[in-house]
Amino acid sequence: MNMSVNIAGVEWKNPVTTASGTFGSGVEFSEYVDLNQLGAVTTKGVANVPWPGNPTPRVAEVYGGMMNAIGLQNPGIELFCKRDIPFLKQYDTRIIVNVCGKSEEDYCEAAERLADEPVDMLEINISCPNVKEGGIAFGQNPKAAEQITRAVKRYARQPVIMKLSPNVTDIGEMAKAVEAGGADAVSLINTLTGMKIDIHKKAFVLANQTGGVSGPAIHPIAVRMVYQAAQAVKVPIIGMGGISCAEDAIEFILAGASAVSVGTANFHNPSVTMEILKDIEEYMKQEGFERISEMVGLVNHR
Amino acid sequence: MIKEKEQAALLSQERLAEKIYSIWIRTQAAESAVPGQFMSVYTEDRSRLLPRPISICEIDKERHALRMVYRVTGEHTGTKQFSLLQAGDRILVIGPLGNGFPLERGRGKQVFLIGGGIGVPPILELAKQLECENKQIIVGYRDEQTFLRESFEEHGRLYIATEDGSVGCRGNVMDAVKENGLEADLIYACGPAPMLRAVKAYAEERQIECYISMEERMACGIGACLGCVCKSSGTDDHSNVKNKRICKDGPVFLSTEVEI
Repeated sequence: MNMSVNIAGVEWKNPVTTASGTFGSGVEFSEYVDLNQLGAVTTKGVANVPWPGNPTPRVAEVYGGMMNAIGLQNPGIELFCKRDIPFLKQYDTRIIVNVCGKSEEDYCEAAERLADEPVDMLEINISCPNVKEGGIAFGQNPKAAEQITRAVKRYARQPVIMKLSPNVTDIGEMAKAVEAGGADAVSLINTLTGMKIDIHKKAFVLANQTGGVSGPAIHPIAVRMVYQAAQAVKVPIIGMGGISCAEDAIEFILAGASAVSVGTANFHNPSVTMEILKDIEEYMKQEGFERISEMVGLVNHR
Repeated sequence: MIKEKEQAALLSQERLAEKIYSIWIRTQAAESAVPGQFMSVYTEDRSRLLPRPISICEIDKERHALRMVYRVTGEHTGTKQFSLLQAGDRILVIGPLGNGFPLERGRGKQVFLIGGGIGVPPILELAKQLECENKQIIVGYRDEQTFLRESFEEHGRLYIATEDGSVGCRGNVMDAVKENGLEADLIYACGPAPMLRAVKAYAEERQIECYISMEERMACGIGACLGCVCKSSGTDDHSNVKNKRICKDGPVFLSTEVEI
């Protein structure tokens, strides 16, 4: 049985990576996860300069999931390149660097800075609901999404994954737009914009008022959107949204994803990625699959 | 060695006051735990998926056991579920997490150990282990439900403040300090933000070395998600901005390092 997958020309040893923002750069989780066993580590979003993020409270629990409004706090690309990339290079796993920005120039500057670094892929975050400028502004308008993709592609030396927002009317249209802009792959979904109110304090629970909802509660929405995106584009898809076990991950693959990211579940169980991997293998054994690619989008062909 | 969530055995559960419960669990965390650290405690209910950070109240290395005293925050909460567990049940934990109080700073000093509300429990193990010249324990409660009071009396000179004046000094812990004319050259404190703000101001006005244990809503509990940051007075080495992670860089900070 072969667990490897090829995403836009980059071979991963298996289809499991970590969702950006839930895993830092892997340092803290390396106590709980053998990073060598992951197909890739996707790092927390990094910008051309350090960002302080939002005021606290930044996180809240909701039924079947959580909300966050971290606001893309990050140490900036320089420190990231000096400290986080060398850390990850010690491991036999692919490195996907998630890049955030407030303007086209920000994204391009970070992509350019990463061009000569030993990273395997870039994931461009145009879908964070928790920052006022940039981020989501590019992710909710197909023209803007296509434009930012084209711009980043001019500077990026690694394959570019565009990370899409679910907070849109037509996800297929967004996927097509970034594909037209030259995206090598797409990943989805980022979090859904939500709100929680403390009825005793009569106040918003998150300082940012709104936050991104993630966790098992959003899984069916994410599977639907991955399916729709898979119908719309030819580039490979990295599916994510509420994966907490192998069954959840396999649904994404059958819907058309070539790989999957595990996010919020890392908080519930820091070793969950290892368990998901083992159980995907078990499923393949039971179902007689030899390769992951045999399963991709299979829901359509039965 | 790859760490995992641990299935700890619940040794006992006891209700100490209204909504305040105490559990002893058998866990390997007891071997390395120090006062001021916390445990991430998980519910079995997958609709409540974030760990609850709960401070360590007592450490019994011989029994490989930890005591945690926690507040049930509502009817349909994870802490409510914890309160229904009984001796013999299993409870999922990770820990010990965070840095803990620097005990060695107390040597030969006149010390305040200050706790307020659900910040009272971690002060108990600190009081047990701290070696200092004059151990003055000042704890603040809402009302007459002064949980852990007897345990504190064994380990130092105890001063109590209650908001309703039913026990000890009426008011907060700083009122108790004033009313009793207490003095210190080192302070350890854990409690709600307004209390810590007052303690920090008191300490800095008098240039007293002061360690405060902070709390914030957490998600991962291990320093990865950046959910539970506090403002730091200078640029932090890890974050490269003026933020520190309470779960990983704290929860105990030198008062001058952070802003509340």
